[in-house]
Formats: sequence, C-alpha cells, structure tokens
Amino acid sequence: MAEITLVEAARRAAQQEMRRDPSIWVLGEDVARGGLFGQYRGFLEEFGEGRIVSTPISESVIMGAGLGAALVGTRPIIEMRIFDFVMCAMDELVNQVAKVRYMFGGQARPAVVIRMPHGIWRNSAAQHSQMLESWFTHIPGLVVVVPSTPADTAGLLVSALRSDDPVLFFDPKNLFPLTGEVPEVIAPIPFGQARRSRMGDDLTIVTWSAIVPQVEEAAATLAARGISADLLDLRTLWPWDEEAVVASVARTGRLLVVHEAVTTGGFGAEVVSRVIERLGPAALKAVARLGQPRVPVPFAPPLEDALKVDAAKVVAAAEALVRA
Amino acid sequence: MTRTGDNRARLIALYTTMCRIRAFEETALAAHKAGEIPGPLHVSIGQEAVAAGICLNLRRDDRITSNHRGHGHALAKGAGVSGMMEELFGRAGGHCRGKGGSMHIADFSVGMLGANGVVAGGIPIAVGAAQGLKMMGSDAIVACFFGDGAINRGPFLEGLNWAALYRLPVLFVCEDNGVAAFTATASVTAGPGVAARAESLGVPCLSVDGNNAAAVDAAASRLVAEIRGGGGPQLLHATTYRITGHTSSDPAAWRDPTDVEAARAAEPIGRLRARLAEEGVSLAELDALLGDAQAEMSAARAAALTAPWPDPAVAWEDVQDSGAVQGAA
Repeated sequence: MAEITLVEAARRAAQQEMRRDPSIWVLGEDVARGGLFGQYRGFLEEFGEGRIVSTPISESVIMGAGLGAALVGTRPIIEMRIFDFVMCAMDELVNQVAKVRYMFGGQARPAVVIRMPHGIWRNSAAQHSQMLESWFTHIPGLVVVVPSTPADTAGLLVSALRSDDPVLFFDPKNLFPLTGEVPEVIAPIPFGQARRSRMGDDLTIVTWSAIVPQVEEAAATLAARGISADLLDLRTLWPWDEEAVVASVARTGRLLVVHEAVTTGGFGAEVVSRVIERLGPAALKAVARLGQPRVPVPFAPPLEDALKVDAAKVVAAAEALVRA
Repeated sequence: MTRTGDNRARLIALYTTMCRIRAFEETALAAHKAGEIPGPLHVSIGQEAVAAGICLNLRRDDRITSNHRGHGHALAKGAGVSGMMEELFGRAGGHCRGKGGSMHIADFSVGMLGANGVVAGGIPIAVGAAQGLKMMGSDAIVACFFGDGAINRGPFLEGLNWAALYRLPVLFVCEDNGVAAFTATASVTAGPGVAARAESLGVPCLSVDGNNAAAVDAAASRLVAEIRGGGGPQLLHATTYRITGHTSSDPAAWRDPTDVEAARAAEPIGRLRARLAEEGVSLAELDALLGDAQAEMSAARAAALTAPWPDPAVAWEDVQDSGAVQGAA
C-alpha cells in the first residue's frame, strides 16, 4: 500500500490496464504531454505515440473517432480535458455512443471510457465548473462513475477499462491532490456498490464525487455533537446502490442527499424518489436535499463560496433534519 | 476473357447492383404506402450509381458508414436482403432485430457500420474506424457516405482535418443531390463548395458524374488503391439527383417539373442500360437482370410481411451490461 494522490491513483490504474491490454489507447487534447492534470504523465514514453494520441481541439471527432475505433475492436480512453467541453460532442455521445449497441440489435459493443474531470476548481467560473452528472443517468446505455477517493478512483477506472459498456468517468478534479492508500496491484471495484464511509443511526447521508470530503468533515462534527450519520458514498450513479440506501433509510428514517450539482433535477431527486417508492412515505420522518441553488457558478471567490456546498451547510442541514 | 469482356462483366455487375437497389427501394415504398412498413423511409432512387460504383471496389473487410438514405450503401456492401427488408418491417429477423428500422440499418458482418439518423453523424465514426484499423496494422479502408447537406456541419470540417492530419485510410464520398432535405444546398452554402473545403484541409477532391456508374467505378478504383496504399484520405464528389422526395411522405411537388423530367432522362440505370445495349448486350438480358431483382425484392417483401414480430422481451435486451435494466421482467 502506498499513500498517493488521487490523480496519481488514476494514472497508475490506466497504466496498469494499458500494460495488460494492448488494445487500450488514449485520445484527447494534450494527452501526449501528460494531460492537463498529469493523469497521463510518462505514458508517451512508455506506450508511444501510436497509443497516446494528442488531438486537435475537435471534441465531436474526439468522441466520434473514439466510437469508430471501438467499433473495429480497439478500447479507447476518450479524454475530454474538462467535463464542460463534452457539450461540443453531445451528438456523438448521446445519439451515437449511447445508442449503437441497442439500435443495431447488439451488433456493436462500444467499449469506450470517457474521462471528464468535473466540478468546481480554482475559481474557474461558469464554463469550467459544472456538475451535470444527473443528465447522463437519464440516458440508457451509459455507465456513470463518480469516485471521490484515490482507491475508488483507481479501482473503478480498472473496472471501466474492462467493461464493454461505454463508461462516463467523472474525475473529481478538485480532489486530484487528495491523498490516500492505493494497493500496488489495483483490483477492479464493481459498479453499483456504495462505500460506507461512516456507520450511524440518526440519519442517512447519501453523497458522491468532489463534495465527499466536506460531507465526511461534517459527519465528524455531527458526531462530536451527538448525531451519528450513516454516510454512503454512492461511487457510481448508474448503476447505483439502491439496496444499500434503502436499507440504511429503513433503519434511520431520515435521509439527506448532498451533491455539489444544482439541487433542482439533480440525482438526489432520483435517490429520494426511489426511497419513498420502496419504503413508502410513512417510513420517512424527514428528508432533504442539499446542493447548489439553480445559479451558474460565479467567478469571484466570495460569490462562489456563497453558493457552493460546504461542511457547515451540511451540518446545518443534518441538524435541521434530525430536529424535524 | 478479353479486356472488353472484363469491362463488360464489370458494367453488368454495376447494373445488377443498381437494379437491386432500385427494386429494393421501389418495393419498400410500395410496402410503406400499403401500410406494411411503419416510420419514415428515405429512399435514394436516382442515386444508385454512387453506392454501386464505390462498393464494387471495396473488400468485405473494408468498412462503410452511411447516412439516413442508406439502403443502397448497405445492399452494395453486401448486406443480406431478408435482414434489410425485415428490419424495415420491424421484424425479429431484421439485421437490428427490429430495433433500428430504415434509418439505422447496420450489418457489421459485411463491414456496414450503420446508417445514421443525424446528418454528418457518420463522419467522426468513419475516421475513428480508419484510425483503429490503421492502429491494428490492417490495410482495410473506410468509405464514408454523406450528402451535400453534411458539408455545412462541424463534424465535416473536424473529420476531414483529422483524417488528413493522421493520414487515415478514408474515402469520403459526398453524394451531391443538390438538396439538403427540402432546401437547395447552394442557397444555404457560402463559397465554392465541397471540393474547395476539402482541398483547404489537405484532402484531395475528385469530382465525378455520379449518375455515370462506370465513371464512379473508375474513379473509386483509383482512389481506393491510393488510399489502401497509404496515401491518406481523399474525397470523391459525385453529383447526382434525388428523383423522389426527402421522405416517403414527401411527394416533392415543390420541385420544378422540368428539372425532374431532365433528371429522369439522366438517371443512372437507364444510362448504363443504353451503354450496355450499345456494347451488344441484348435488351432481353438486361430486362432479365431487372426482372430478377424485382422478383428477389417482391419475395423479400412477402416473406417480411409474414415474418414474426420481435418478442416484446427483446425491448429490454442490449441496453448495457452494467446494472439491472429498469422495468425488465
């Protein structure tokens, strides 16, 4: 076990799988120089320019060419640089990648991993900070992965690179420097299994991706004040671990969903709906969602801070829920 | 066989393919009118020479991508007729098990990577397939069919730049029928057009009379050999005319009737028939080829009409491997 950063964990996972499987290659802007965040550092030297392909700023073709290359038997990692740029490749992602297997009656297996570092990061403002992961849970055919720790990032990326499904891998870019223990040989972590970060009885908190460390800090504060939270990091949103959430809420009777994304239409709405459908409204003493208001992410630090979720807001929301 | 004999056999192969495409689409139109085929149907009547001339020069392991008007491309690449007709009818035996229909016909077993409901949607896929083939050390190439409407979409620019940059084995084929859906392409296109756009990106462009099957064949023969030899991508600009409307429900009454009459006189099957007759092929033989094609497609229609529908359970299959499919029994 080594203590490494999240971005290094992602780098090692991709490196391990590229050593194992020569059909895996990377395409995207600046990947030959290591990628924008160093997530492909050293790959050009090890794997050569045939497998580490720096591309023009042509998101439609980065996505579409990755698909085409998958249809003839290779396994591309499609690097989107920053999540927000995938909007330039929506036809290729939504109408093509997500559809070809079904629409062609099973003839196609689009085994692509689409990496999209997302979320608020260093005051990057409205076009470089978005968290729109809920959009993609709405699209049949796609897997949605939202890790928050170095070990989970590594294990889930290994699973993604061994899957025949198209996998959207949302790197939590604000957490790239976060450190944690990662095994030398990285085993795959199955999709659809939540990680229980803390055991508790007073309320269930469900969360994922970049906000997880803030929620964990909040849970520690709550514990010091006598409130024990059962904290679940979903890790993947499709498939997602409905069973773990339902079992937890059946025990605690209180559910708080926390995500960095805008609350309205966020995946928290799906989580709450499914819990109510499964347990019935009477089983819930209180329920709440905490996310950003439906406002674009602003630039100036005081404006960004005013809107974004943090540990103090999570503590306040949890205390209100327990009092309710 | 003499060279003349070789040439005649090649012309007859082109003629046969064009007759099969025409017969398939006329049969499908009749079936659609009779209510046997649901959904929209985009036919390529009048454009058959492009599909026939290109695909005669492709190997089975070469790939093609197509557009929403793709029956001819699929047939010329060797897709099975019963699988195509059943797909149009939405039946279980369709190439896509009834999940795609006319706009999404694909037959990966013959390298047909799919028709596409989005204009220019096949271009990025084609360049990526070529990149993957090149990476794997194959000398297979990709032919990418699209219409003149596609040249005003971003993926055309991005895809040609990409293919030229990596010297990918792609034959771009612009089937220029002059109309983008219901609008004259020239009325919405600035500058001198597709050839200039391609050449500005380092993709050589050859223009050809797309209603002359022998000319398309000759051009494709040269370009395919150059591309397979590692010469990088090229574009064939084939001018043609879409005799029918945009879809099966468009009678195209908005057209100038004199244009349509001129186009009918210049349509590719009649032209090749006249040429073959001049070269001494009997009209009886040519009629027999057309008759065989019509009989083949009529039989496919009759078979599709009585073929089983897909089991509703199939609706839940082939979504994805990961996770349970919602609503599945």
